[in-house]
Amino acid sequence: MRLAAPWIALAIAFAFLPMIFTSGSALTMLSLMGIMIVFACSYNMLLGETGMLSFGHAVYYGLGGFLAVHAMNTVIRDALPVPLFLIPLVGGFSGLLFGIIFGSVSTRRAGTAFAMISLGLGELVASSSLILRGFFGGEEGVSSNRTKLLRVFGLNFGPQIEVYYLIAAWCLLCMVAMYALRCTPLGRMCNAVRENPERAQFVGYNPRTVRFIAFSLAGLFAGVAGALAAVNFELVNSAAVGAGQSGLVLLAAYIGGIGNFIGPVIGAVLVTWLEVMLSDVTDVWQLYFGLLFVGMVMFAPTGIGGLVTMHEPLWQARAYGSMLRLALAYLVALAPALVLLAGLIMVIEMSYHLSVKGYEGAAMLLFHVPLDATSVLPWALAAVLSAGGFWLFRLTWPIVGAAWHEAFTQAHAAGQAK
Amino acid sequence: MTSRFKITLCATAVGMAAALPAAAEDTVKIAYIDPLSGGMASIGEVGLKTFNYLADETNAHGGIAGRKLEIVGYDNKLNAQETLVQLQKAIDAGIRFVTQGNGSAFAAAIEDFVTKFNERNPGKEVLYFNYAAVDPVLTNDKCSYWHFRWDANSDIKMAALTNYMKPQANIKKVYLINQDYSFGQAVRDEARKMLNAKRPDIEIVGDEVHPLAKVTDFSPYVAKIKASGADSVITGNWGQDFALLLKAAADAGLQVDWYTYYAGGSGGPTAIRQANLADRVFQIAEGAPNEPYPPAREFEKAFRAKTGGSLFYPRVVNEIRMFVKAAGEANSVEPIKIATKLDGMKVTVYDGGDGFMRAEDHQFFQPMYISKLGPVGTDQPFEEENTGWGWKMTGKIDTQDTILPTSCKMNRPS
Amino acid sequence: MLELVTISALNGVLYGMLLFLMASGLTLIFSMMGVLNFAHASFYMLGAFFGFQIGQLLGFWPAFVLAPVLVGGIGALIERYGLRHVHRHGPVAELLFTFGLAFVIEEVVQMIWGKGPADYRVPPSLDFSAFTVFSTNYPAYKMFELLTAIAIFAVLLAVLTRTRVGLIIQAALTHPNMVAMLGHNVPRVFMLTFGVGTGLAAIAGVIAGPALVTQSNMAGALGPILFVVVVLGGLGSLAGAFVASLLIGLVQTFAVAINLSIADVLGGIGVAPPTAGALFDLWNVTVAEIAPIIPYLLLVLILIFRPTGLMGTREH
Repeated sequence: MRLAAPWIALAIAFAFLPMIFTSGSALTMLSLMGIMIVFACSYNMLLGETGMLSFGHAVYYGLGGFLAVHAMNTVIRDALPVPLFLIPLVGGFSGLLFGIIFGSVSTRRAGTAFAMISLGLGELVASSSLILRGFFGGEEGVSSNRTKLLRVFGLNFGPQIEVYYLIAAWCLLCMVAMYALRCTPLGRMCNAVRENPERAQFVGYNPRTVRFIAFSLAGLFAGVAGALAAVNFELVNSAAVGAGQSGLVLLAAYIGGIGNFIGPVIGAVLVTWLEVMLSDVTDVWQLYFGLLFVGMVMFAPTGIGGLVTMHEPLWQARAYGSMLRLALAYLVALAPALVLLAGLIMVIEMSYHLSVKGYEGAAMLLFHVPLDATSVLPWALAAVLSAGGFWLFRLTWPIVGAAWHEAFTQAHAAGQAK
Repeated sequence: MTSRFKITLCATAVGMAAALPAAAEDTVKIAYIDPLSGGMASIGEVGLKTFNYLADETNAHGGIAGRKLEIVGYDNKLNAQETLVQLQKAIDAGIRFVTQGNGSAFAAAIEDFVTKFNERNPGKEVLYFNYAAVDPVLTNDKCSYWHFRWDANSDIKMAALTNYMKPQANIKKVYLINQDYSFGQAVRDEARKMLNAKRPDIEIVGDEVHPLAKVTDFSPYVAKIKASGADSVITGNWGQDFALLLKAAADAGLQVDWYTYYAGGSGGPTAIRQANLADRVFQIAEGAPNEPYPPAREFEKAFRAKTGGSLFYPRVVNEIRMFVKAAGEANSVEPIKIATKLDGMKVTVYDGGDGFMRAEDHQFFQPMYISKLGPVGTDQPFEEENTGWGWKMTGKIDTQDTILPTSCKMNRPS
Repeated sequence: MLELVTISALNGVLYGMLLFLMASGLTLIFSMMGVLNFAHASFYMLGAFFGFQIGQLLGFWPAFVLAPVLVGGIGALIERYGLRHVHRHGPVAELLFTFGLAFVIEEVVQMIWGKGPADYRVPPSLDFSAFTVFSTNYPAYKMFELLTAIAIFAVLLAVLTRTRVGLIIQAALTHPNMVAMLGHNVPRVFMLTFGVGTGLAAIAGVIAGPALVTQSNMAGALGPILFVVVVLGGLGSLAGAFVASLLIGLVQTFAVAINLSIADVLGGIGVAPPTAGALFDLWNVTVAEIAPIIPYLLLVLILIFRPTGLMGTREH
């Protein structure tokens, strides 16, 4: 029961989220997040669990989507008694099939060579999408109508809320499955192959076979994600197999943290939110995205999930006092960091405004404050904020360091005393 | 495990809180969904500039049915699924009118979505104003009552172009080169059909398609054009595909006439000037800056003064003016009433002449013009992109002569 | 027909040489540091834009010299303060760092120079026709590109095999620790190599800019092909990169010229085509239409059958 408790809590959370966030666009975003969670977790099976860096994972996502939408069209055309919520199975099957086909070829190599093969395969499939028009539908893609399938329990899946629940259910199912896989001997061997393939070989497992199985299963779940996307958008086109989609899932998984299971979930939620909302706020959202990614690679390679799990010993030792003090130290460091951030954002936005939007004149709106981008004052302010913020930020590092050290020694001591 | 779940939920909550839509005001908003970042952003921004200019003009003349008109830009990142996400966002923000033009693939996605949405949500209808996506299928097999197209579709343009080419005796060998997607395919199919019908003596010596926006070096294609002995080239290429093609042609010293759809697009005139092809590049469009119609010339002057660019979309002027007229006639901004008024509406178009929105398929018909780029004379005040060359009117096809039949069978609301 | 073949051959060699200019830098960086620099095409783009901007101020020839130096300098700084920092987190982190870098550079270029094409022109001193093959003019500028690329290859080879610095670099390739123990500053050598590698990409950008469109998406267009070239030739082999660049350049250029499809070949024999489905598409697609994907096909094939590449020396 204790084992199932977190999953039941998650299920309840999924069920009640739409009642907290009721607007249409919130519902769309929740659906997108659900899809991305499955996709990112499937990617983590490759990168986090087995140490295989793939640049072409979107191939299985996209192909799952294409097969799903073709299946939907066949069901509608031939009036087959297949309800909509079984369609992700088609996606999963397609992902598994192509995972096996392409995996037999790709998993012969590991490391950089594997990454390059995945890149090449991804580009190959993406480029073929314009040649095999019958299957890929050319530039327009293939569309369908999810309300025309067999109706079960009076649900026709026209309204977005019904689609959300379908996605949430499948997301939960896939997460449970992937977590369970992780705990099986296969999952453990994947970890072993990631750490030390030679040792794994000595123990008696062929690393190549392990990688192949992991690859195929990752393809399966990516296919399910693709099918869910097909149901959600009722449209799949060649962008779904493209390098952009592969890059996005890599970003999501890495930013979230590939070291643990929940990392990619966090990454998926964050990246989806940024992708949808950031472009409304600023035109240079891609730059912020890129900077965030580079920053994470340089300073926090374990991702957000990794940062969270760093604090786990504290939580387990129930050292609440030192945790509070640590949180306080973080807040102290946060203030100058925000100042620094504000200064940098000002510089970026003003440069962008001057260079690209110069024709609109020098006046611009930043954080709802009108600015004149050509006058010296805002630039001077930005410089002060950036430099001053950075300097103050540096001053706070010893404070955080001390609080951290103190918290951990206490936790360690408390742990040992038990 | 629990702590991690809590963090995930908190992250989601924060994300969602920021997703709440803004409150609606008493302004009429049009969602402009086109690429505003990435490679095609320069084109998307030209469109947005044009729409904003027209919104300002509308508001200066009393607005639309007494309300202010506002354009809200959404970046579709040149991705069909992203287009739908942005469309959903717009609808959730209370916007009932959406306009788009760059990419027939995304137009098809929007048209499909809007049709399904209006079916599933009666009373909350949304209208789609298409200003540049010219795949004929959008007003034929895939037509929709909720979709209105102001740009002559690619078949109409080809008909007008071939009508112009028909009496030109010096055209004997034609080479077709296009981008390999629905629009490019439509161009080549119609070109073949229509040339065959109107001038069976013209020999089509080449029919090439290349991937969209992927080719960096067109010299092999230019070599093939040369080898074929063509004297004219018909191409629907746009953006970098057009600029690079012309560059390669200039390098190889290719001397042919170019019959194009989008030579006037951003970067086109510069490429033509660099290639030194005076009076050899023709464009079929619903207007050009040096059109001798005084109100249009005044508009062009004011437009250039304010935005620093030339008006590439006369059709957008027609779109907004007709939208305002429909709202005025219906005395309402309800989409369903506006649609009724737009159905079959007749107007005097931006460049002078009569135009009408055909009720059968919601395709707008207007006079079409052939223009060529070259050194401008005294009666042609407008030049392009600081090249010193401008578009000179060479031929006009009246509205009646541009009409083509349609296979559209749209579901009209009762 | 002969004209087409000659022109295509010339164009193919030229395209190949351009690819080689970039691939040489990438190979150098990879051989030295084991890092596959995803952002290499971005440095190519920076070279083009810097060349354009400096050319506006000082003229083409000063730009030809200054732009690569500046970009190489930026590359060295990135290595010193970025890549080196990331090195301790492992090869995956390094790869991802360069991946993110490519992204950021493209955005910064867009921010500064806008999203449209820059009006980067061939300098008047080179703007004439070198010779006429049959009836087509071959621009002198393209010959200049060709000669520059060959010259750089020769210089690179000479430096690596005959100078002291080159020998140290070759040694650091396989025995970095030993080289460090002998007193050479290996991190400094790495920084130099990264700077030189990116400088080479920048030279490619400076000379290719006027010929191709100088735009913020040029890195994304050439990036994947670059990787194909490097992997095809063999990770770590300069000669392999040369051969692979020529191969890809020629194959792509010739493929475009061929309008044959399976339908033509088999139809000639009398095999009836299928009427619909995926097979119909494959039947009717011409070699010209699939020309852009041929490099990726080659990549996948070589990775399956000969993973070290055509002339590669390293096993990964």
